[in-house]
Amino acid sequence: MTLLSRVVLATMLAMIMLPAFAVDPLPFKDHAEELRFQELTRELRCLVCQNENLADSHAPLAKDLRLQVFEQMQAGKSDAQIKEWLTDRYSDFVLYDPPLRGGTMLLWFGPFVLLLIGAIVVAMIVRRRSRGLPRIAESTQSMRDEDWA
Amino acid sequence: MTFSRLLPLIGLIALVALFAFGIRWNMNHDQREVLSPLIGKPAPEFSLPVFGETSRNYGTADLRGKPYLINVFASWCIACREEHPLLMAEGARLGVPLVGLNYKDEPTDAKRWLAQFGNPYDTVIVDYDGRAAIDFGVYGAPETFLVDAAGIIRYKRIGPTTPDSLRDELLPAIAALKALP
Amino acid sequence: MLPELGNFALILAALLALAQCVLPIIGAHRRDAALMAVARPAVIGQFVFVALAYLLLTVAFLSQDFSVAYVAQNSNLRLPFYYRVSAVWGAHEGSLLLWIMILNIWTLAVALRSKRLPQEFMARVLGVMGFVSLGFLLFTILTSNPFNRALPAPVDGMDLNPVLQDPGLIIHPPMLYMGYVGFSVAFAFAIAALLGGKVDRKWVRWSRPWTNVAWAFLTLGITLGSWWAYSVLGWGGWWFWDPVENASFMPWLIGTALIHSQAVTEKRGSFRAWTLLLAIIAFSLSLLGTFLVRSGVLTSVHSFASDPERGLFILAFLAITVGGSLLIYALRAPSVAGGEPFAAVSRETALLVNNLLFTCAAAMVLIGTLYPLLGEALNLGRISVGPPYFGFLFVVLMTPIILLLPFGPLLRWREGQGQRATRLLLPVFVVVVLGAMASALLVGDLGLKAIAGTAAGLWVGLGVLAFVVQRWRLAPAGKRYTLEMLGMIIAHAGVAIFVSGVLITGAASVEKDVRLAPGESVQVGDLGFRFDGIEHTEGPNFKADQGSIVVSRGDREIETLHPQKRQYGTNSQVQTEAAIRAGLFRDVYVALGEPLGDDGAWAVRIYVKPLIRWVWLGGLLMMLGGFVAAADRRFRARANERAPVAAEVLEGRP
Repeated sequence: MTLLSRVVLATMLAMIMLPAFAVDPLPFKDHAEELRFQELTRELRCLVCQNENLADSHAPLAKDLRLQVFEQMQAGKSDAQIKEWLTDRYSDFVLYDPPLRGGTMLLWFGPFVLLLIGAIVVAMIVRRRSRGLPRIAESTQSMRDEDWA
Repeated sequence: MTFSRLLPLIGLIALVALFAFGIRWNMNHDQREVLSPLIGKPAPEFSLPVFGETSRNYGTADLRGKPYLINVFASWCIACREEHPLLMAEGARLGVPLVGLNYKDEPTDAKRWLAQFGNPYDTVIVDYDGRAAIDFGVYGAPETFLVDAAGIIRYKRIGPTTPDSLRDELLPAIAALKALP
Repeated sequence: MLPELGNFALILAALLALAQCVLPIIGAHRRDAALMAVARPAVIGQFVFVALAYLLLTVAFLSQDFSVAYVAQNSNLRLPFYYRVSAVWGAHEGSLLLWIMILNIWTLAVALRSKRLPQEFMARVLGVMGFVSLGFLLFTILTSNPFNRALPAPVDGMDLNPVLQDPGLIIHPPMLYMGYVGFSVAFAFAIAALLGGKVDRKWVRWSRPWTNVAWAFLTLGITLGSWWAYSVLGWGGWWFWDPVENASFMPWLIGTALIHSQAVTEKRGSFRAWTLLLAIIAFSLSLLGTFLVRSGVLTSVHSFASDPERGLFILAFLAITVGGSLLIYALRAPSVAGGEPFAAVSRETALLVNNLLFTCAAAMVLIGTLYPLLGEALNLGRISVGPPYFGFLFVVLMTPIILLLPFGPLLRWREGQGQRATRLLLPVFVVVVLGAMASALLVGDLGLKAIAGTAAGLWVGLGVLAFVVQRWRLAPAGKRYTLEMLGMIIAHAGVAIFVSGVLITGAASVEKDVRLAPGESVQVGDLGFRFDGIEHTEGPNFKADQGSIVVSRGDREIETLHPQKRQYGTNSQVQTEAAIRAGLFRDVYVALGEPLGDDGAWAVRIYVKPLIRWVWLGGLLMMLGGFVAAADRRFRARANERAPVAAEVLEGRP
């Protein structure tokens, strides 16, 4: 780690030691609003403690941003608008949910492509192995261990 | 030896290449750095109390038509002390007004800090609750922004300004501003 | 003096590891019995010296020898003695020594318990394990030596990270490593089989108990880690898809595919190449996890301090070990499909699909974890991947498995008799639908997750029961359930409990942040919480503000909880200690925020989490299933195992 990054990290850690905690009693209108706030802040990343979400981070900036999210919710903004407000200032990095765009195609579709290829391979294997299989009557109620264990 | 049997090995080679890149990249970059999406976009409007004269405000209205630097600093910020001597030495010679943004700081602490280390700023403004800084996408201190005469953010430095970053990044960025009509 | 002895012990161990890895493998190649016979003594010798080194490091901690830099960085005079023992593995260097210690324990166990297996095969197995040990020993000695001195010795140490001062640290890493490292046995067996050129079913049968036990330990380690995070981190979560968590989850997913694939290969001779590959990949992912945690390539709350030199060393070792094994696989894996034919509907197919889905899940976690790095490499910008990605895709990939699970044990090998299985499961399906409708009526407002959790739990759980009943009815008394089957039953029951726990706690957990002045109460669901103020207390090495929160239902007081905010002297790091009332059917969890205002009010966070313990209970049952299955007598080596292998190289006969 370079000296520079060490110093930057130290500063950010210094910010953590300022008394601020993730518990923010906010005056929600109702339970639904409270739930929405909790889910939204869980999907956002804290920029200071970058491995924590906005809901749980102790950092002062996280507290400020939670307050911002709350105020915007009260002002009637939608989740998408609030996220856009944040990404305008902090880039996509503040979102835990990677947006679907050119650069994330591989991310979102990769696993499905693999699944598809795998499924085709499995189908081929099963087809090949099920040929030449002498038929056994359905009614054979054998419970020989070799067949079932 | 069929191709399908070689696939895992090929996959491994790709993975090792990626990790080798990762190690190299780590040596030259700070992994925590979040690049600003505001480069090339208009700087947010702000109007904040002046340090020491809280009845007076200073902001984008006063800076219209001029390029300027905003340096986010605080007395609790250890890294700010790193760059401060450099700002003291070079600040006046940069050729653009240097505005200090006192970020989430107690006035008495900030006053003591500036008295102790010196005040290189043309103006110091106070962002006590940090809201204006959020509009700039600030997530730590120190951070420095260069805004051009048209009010567009042209350069952002995350972390302390070093002699190298001053020479290789900030000064050329300022020079580039002068080249604009 | 003693630390230098420890260092010396490590060097001797490395020399023995070198002997263990080179000589027996050459011996096996040349059929030289003398060289092959070097293996066991080398294993024992290496074990002795590694154990000595480990013991000496522990002694340094217990005697608070701050002249050893690692001790000074991870403990101090006020650290309670039980944490001094566990602080040995609290940071990079020491945890590496633990890794090596555990690898040596596994190697010793394999060496001593495999006397009836062919010498040539065992020479290769022990040789491969020696190679791995050598790599780690060299890494430790050259780049991460825990015995380095810090002279002049500081008067007091820096303290163990407060987050690690918890019973969880005492047990989670050792159990996790037992699993992680345990996959090296299956790996070594696979390589030995490939090198020997005889990829038959025997090696799988020998390998199965070791693999099942390793898998069970890994399940335990991950379960403990999740429980520990929940108890300590203060924010009610139990899984964060953090890169280092993912690093342990990927080997688990492949390990699950592996234990199932081994079952097929052992019983039917099919999927030999798959099983070999999975064995190689499982341990490779363990090595990958080691790399990710210690190289600094990905940041995480878990990662150890890193530097590029260490990263490059591990990467080189990873490349050689995994690259070498995949090369051997490419060259020598059986290219002709072995084993008997099987129908499209059969247990073989079911397990093949199972393998596919678990492998895809592991690949998905790998892609998501590495994507930010890939984004930097390909200049796609700073991409952030978190729980919304992993959670969603994991559910999508696991849903088919949950749906198919009850069918697996009810399908016959070869000719599945799928109609019969479906008939047997029909009553289960009916109950599931009824249960889903009931839950929709009772707790439907909690959303689809709660209904899905009920349905999934019933489907898998009752499906297991259907198998138990079917087997009871049709198998002769006394031979109804082998230990292997019992293990499967327990583990699958664990899956049912785990899945319903995850979904229902996800749907029904309540979180509330409130401001409470002393005497004030708040109602959360059917529980009342009254704040009775703060008092100051002290622990062995910390001071704390301790709150009293009285929990009541109706007018009956149930319990007083005492959440704390602790300050550990040396670092002045403030640590939140949540107070948890654990219950089989729900947890009540209270944490302190900060003081607000002059009236003594504090911000308090309250969680009520139904069925959260089922998450870990399910994990523990899966672990138990793994251990039980491994104990099955069919896996013990038979007396004639050492005879020259007769015509067991099979292309399709039982």
